[in-house]
Amino acid sequence: MSNQPVDQSRRTWVTMACAAGGVGGVATVVPFVSTFQPSERARAAGAAVEADISALKEGEMMTVEWRGKPVWIIRRTKEQLDALSKIDPQLADPNSERKPAELTPEYARNTHRSIKPEVLVAVGICTHLGCSPTSKFQSGAQPSLPDDWPGGFLCPCHGSTFDMAGRVFKNKPAPDNLEVPPHMYLSDTKLLIGEDKKA
Amino acid sequence: MAEFKTAPAGASTGEKLMTWVDNRFPATKLYKEHVSEYYAPKNFNFWYFFGSLAMLVLVIQIVTGIFLVMNYKPDANLAFASVEYIMRDVPWGWLIRYMHSTGASAFFVVVYLHMYRGLIYGSYRTPRELVWVFGCLIFLCLMAEAFMGYLLPWGQMSYWGAQVIINLFAAIPFVGPDLAILIRGDYVVGDATLNRFFSLHVIAVPLVLLGLVVAHIIALHEVGSNNPDGVEIKAKKDANGIPLDGIPFHPYYTVHDILGVAGFLIVFSAVIFFAPEFGGYFLEFNNFIPADPLKTPPHIAPVWYFTPFYSMLRATTDQMVIVFSIVIGLAAVLNLVKGPGKGQTKLGLLVGAVVLIGLLNTFEAKFWGVIVMGAAVVILAFLPWLDNCPVKSIRYRPTWHKAIYGIFVINFCILGWLGIEPPSPVYEKISQVGTLIYFGFFLLMPWWSRMGTFKQVPDRVTFTPH
Repeated sequence: MSNQPVDQSRRTWVTMACAAGGVGGVATVVPFVSTFQPSERARAAGAAVEADISALKEGEMMTVEWRGKPVWIIRRTKEQLDALSKIDPQLADPNSERKPAELTPEYARNTHRSIKPEVLVAVGICTHLGCSPTSKFQSGAQPSLPDDWPGGFLCPCHGSTFDMAGRVFKNKPAPDNLEVPPHMYLSDTKLLIGEDKKA
Repeated sequence: MAEFKTAPAGASTGEKLMTWVDNRFPATKLYKEHVSEYYAPKNFNFWYFFGSLAMLVLVIQIVTGIFLVMNYKPDANLAFASVEYIMRDVPWGWLIRYMHSTGASAFFVVVYLHMYRGLIYGSYRTPRELVWVFGCLIFLCLMAEAFMGYLLPWGQMSYWGAQVIINLFAAIPFVGPDLAILIRGDYVVGDATLNRFFSLHVIAVPLVLLGLVVAHIIALHEVGSNNPDGVEIKAKKDANGIPLDGIPFHPYYTVHDILGVAGFLIVFSAVIFFAPEFGGYFLEFNNFIPADPLKTPPHIAPVWYFTPFYSMLRATTDQMVIVFSIVIGLAAVLNLVKGPGKGQTKLGLLVGAVVLIGLLNTFEAKFWGVIVMGAAVVILAFLPWLDNCPVKSIRYRPTWHKAIYGIFVINFCILGWLGIEPPSPVYEKISQVGTLIYFGFFLLMPWWSRMGTFKQVPDRVTFTPH
């Protein structure tokens, strides 16, 4: 290095040139990161689906695909419905009060979380980390479940449990009840999932 | 710039050629610095095989990976079938694939043993902190590499494993859900996710990994290797400046490592040819079923090398968050009453603890599960600053220190085993205790590592010629 004094005006220009170059460099990151977003095609694929539930018998469950997720439709038995109100103290959010806008549409904010008491429509994706819980409708003691199991769902990934209305049990990894998607009845046996009357 | 050299009169063609090269590229200099005149302690034992073996597995993974990519299709509709095509129709494709899948598990076996070696001999202590930190970053890269690679066969475990791990990011407050969508490139794990994981798995992460391996070795060769006695060999040098207890890496350790390589390849080949799935631990049975977004397999567990960390994630329930709050509160109060340092700092720490307890109880347990899992990996990088032991090697520590290391290893294995098992209330309690032991080992290390009577560390390494 020479011991000449620093030429301040040159230094200012060097700093400014570096700053301008840096801004340009950072700006280039934007298009690259943007490609990580869902494509237009992925955004477009979100239409509502119809489901015919005429063949669904009491105590049975069917699954339809909506936006790439499983949606369960379950016709609950009278005993299963009666059991719902008895287990409130064991549940984290028995009255579906948490995040109601996302998880529970108005017409499902009741004990059975459904429009028709016996027919539950719920997204079969655990609110913990997105596994699809397994149906464990049989009540009583069994592996991975408590001895007073009332019937419901068990998430195989981290052991969260849900009752027959998709309400989560207390002190489990899953924080919230299963999502009830927007849905409506087109006729007595035909469901439209993904849209409701508001829309 | 180095001086321009000329080969002596009557030099052979080879010598002339090397002189020509050395005047333009430091080939001989590099070879001497890193191989023929890199002096390593002469008392290396069995544990010192795993560094070179990790390099070997890295090469195996890269070479087999290149060949797999020639036949694999990163498309949600074709991926599963293309892997089966490699297994059934490509000549010898099954061998390449099994080498790659077994190599992934072998990588973690070797790296875990390599890290354990560093742990017991204090190889992360001054001046080797950066060697250790680069190593921790390599471990992190390996985990990313393994996770993204596991999605590619597009089986049930691939799909649901990715679903769970990506949703971990969704647990981050405020930005989480958008971040998860940015990672997936879709609202669910799908073709876009598979395609980008393929790109990251075959290009981006391996490049970073290679860079880190180079940094790890450059840092190591700058400070020199530690050894089972934790004695600095550079402290005692001969007239030529060569450490008295050092031997050149080549030929001594190249030959030594060939023994390790031979032993490793025997075991590695045995697994590839006789038990490539390794009873469902290396290749999980559910991954032979094509991905089905509507149905989670009845029992899902990560591959074995992730399970200790996964157990800690599962252990973080609402109750566990309360336990954490109590532990943090107690620690802060204890520090205020008995800790060293100024009153102001101690009060600051207490306020910090109160804020942390507040946050612990504000955000949901699932988010803290993610933090605990991340912290379990990241905390390793802080070892150099947690260990206050006056001796480096476990050989000169009190016997009860050895017991602590034993408990740590057993605890780590139990956590690993629990991560494979289906969830149950009893296992949940055990994994919660295990999580506390794991973090207790590290966070209490500044105190326990100083306590006890230490044995006299010798001036020179202990070595018996054979």
